Amino acid sequence: MCTLEKRGNLFILTLTGDDQHRINPKLIGDLLSLLSQVKAQATRGSALITQAQGKFFSNGFDLDWAQAAGSEQGASERLLHMVESFKPVVAALLSLPMPTVAALTGHAAACGFILALSHDYIIMRRDRGVLYMSEVDIGLTMPDYFNALFREKIGDASARRDLLLRGLKMKGDEAVKRGVAEAAYDGEGEVLAASVRMAEELGKRKWNGEVYAEIRKGLFPQLSAIVGLSHKIVATPKL
Amino acid sequence: MCSLEKRGNLFILTLTGQGVEHRLNPDLISSIIAALSQAKAQSTRGSALVTVSHGKFFCNGLDLDWVSAVATSNQEAQQHFDHLYDSLKQLVLAFISLPMPTVAAVNGHVAAAGVVLALCHDYVIMRRDRGVLYMSELDKGIGIPEVFMALFRAKISGSTRRDMLLRGLKIKGEEALKMGIVEAIYDGEEGATNAGTEMGNDLAKRNWDGEVYVEIRKGLYHELCGMLRMASNVIATPKL
Repeated sequence: MCTLEKRGNLFILTLTGDDQHRINPKLIGDLLSLLSQVKAQATRGSALITQAQGKFFSNGFDLDWAQAAGSEQGASERLLHMVESFKPVVAALLSLPMPTVAALTGHAAACGFILALSHDYIIMRRDRGVLYMSEVDIGLTMPDYFNALFREKIGDASARRDLLLRGLKMKGDEAVKRGVAEAAYDGEGEVLAASVRMAEELGKRKWNGEVYAEIRKGLFPQLSAIVGLSHKIVATPKL
Repeated sequence: MCSLEKRGNLFILTLTGQGVEHRLNPDLISSIIAALSQAKAQSTRGSALVTVSHGKFFCNGLDLDWVSAVATSNQEAQQHFDHLYDSLKQLVLAFISLPMPTVAAVNGHVAAAGVVLALCHDYVIMRRDRGVLYMSELDKGIGIPEVFMALFRAKISGSTRRDMLLRGLKIKGEEALKMGIVEAIYDGEEGATNAGTEMGNDLAKRNWDGEVYVEIRKGLYHELCGMLRMASNVIATPKL
């Protein structure tokens, strides 16, 4: 499902296998456990890169698992359960005491896009892969924290509208132009190399992780509140 | 005042009358709301709405002549003004709750409350060679009610909002496109109207479920919907 590796100051979280990396209770559990480990081992200069193998970063919630409940009521309950259980993953990323980079070498859709957006920076492919909120096409509404994340992270109102209300499949160049992604590169190798470069650059700043997380939370007050995070004021410079 | 026509899956709301400014007064507002009610009642999957206008104006704002004509004192004028703003709020509410994508084809001048009317739509397209978009309130010394500020915050980003509201700019098509206020611009008398109809049809082809569409829209415009006291519904069973 997913693995964690440490390379110098970099933590590398990988969604393994050639599948769609659908987000279900098992993957959520694994992600929470690994992010816990990252937090426990964090030092000044740490940084996280999240990447995935295969054609998908993640294609969202495991709707097959939801349907396997056997009834419409059951499917709805399972989906809502996944929606609730994913909140702590967003909370963990939002409060992670280090800069975070999502290295997208494949498609990120619905909750998969949310997972990517929960990182400080998105680096993606220019030649392949899209960012896509499929909900309007599938006929599902957005959970409150999805809306808050979009509202607080994506400054461009028409980009928010195009992604959520129009089901736009946004490619790398457009994502960079409209402020959704940091940078886009041709090819898988380039994306990974650029993500490592970026993570290392950020790590070199040797930021105090606790302060970094607090500042990050302050940037996303509505989202933080919805996912149950509180705010701490650090008023003594930690030099 | 206004008319509603259905062409296939597309509802066409027309602000009728040449040589008029389509100023918003209680009559026009209630006809538009009635038309929207009709569209809502007849809506199906894959419906869409485009709003077009006749003549040189899309909408030049609130009917201030009406306010002064019916009032016999300053106090009465203020009451009528307030009533007009309340009706405008109801209009915003009607648009936000319409279970289909909406396009405003701005074929002429659009000012003040007219801009609010245009921004009630999911997409705005505009004429390039004629017409300006103008938030005239600052120049006229009129404040902007909270609900409309929320609409601006929801739909227009950062420094563009400041430029529209705090700078009294008369914005032409090219500029409006660059500033991200409108989706696209077209030349000629019928340019925007035709393009608006085409865009409406393209959006209709996506065959979205109207109930889901409204809920996603409300989530996008969360603050505005809160102020309009609109409740949300969760849809957790895919409507395919």
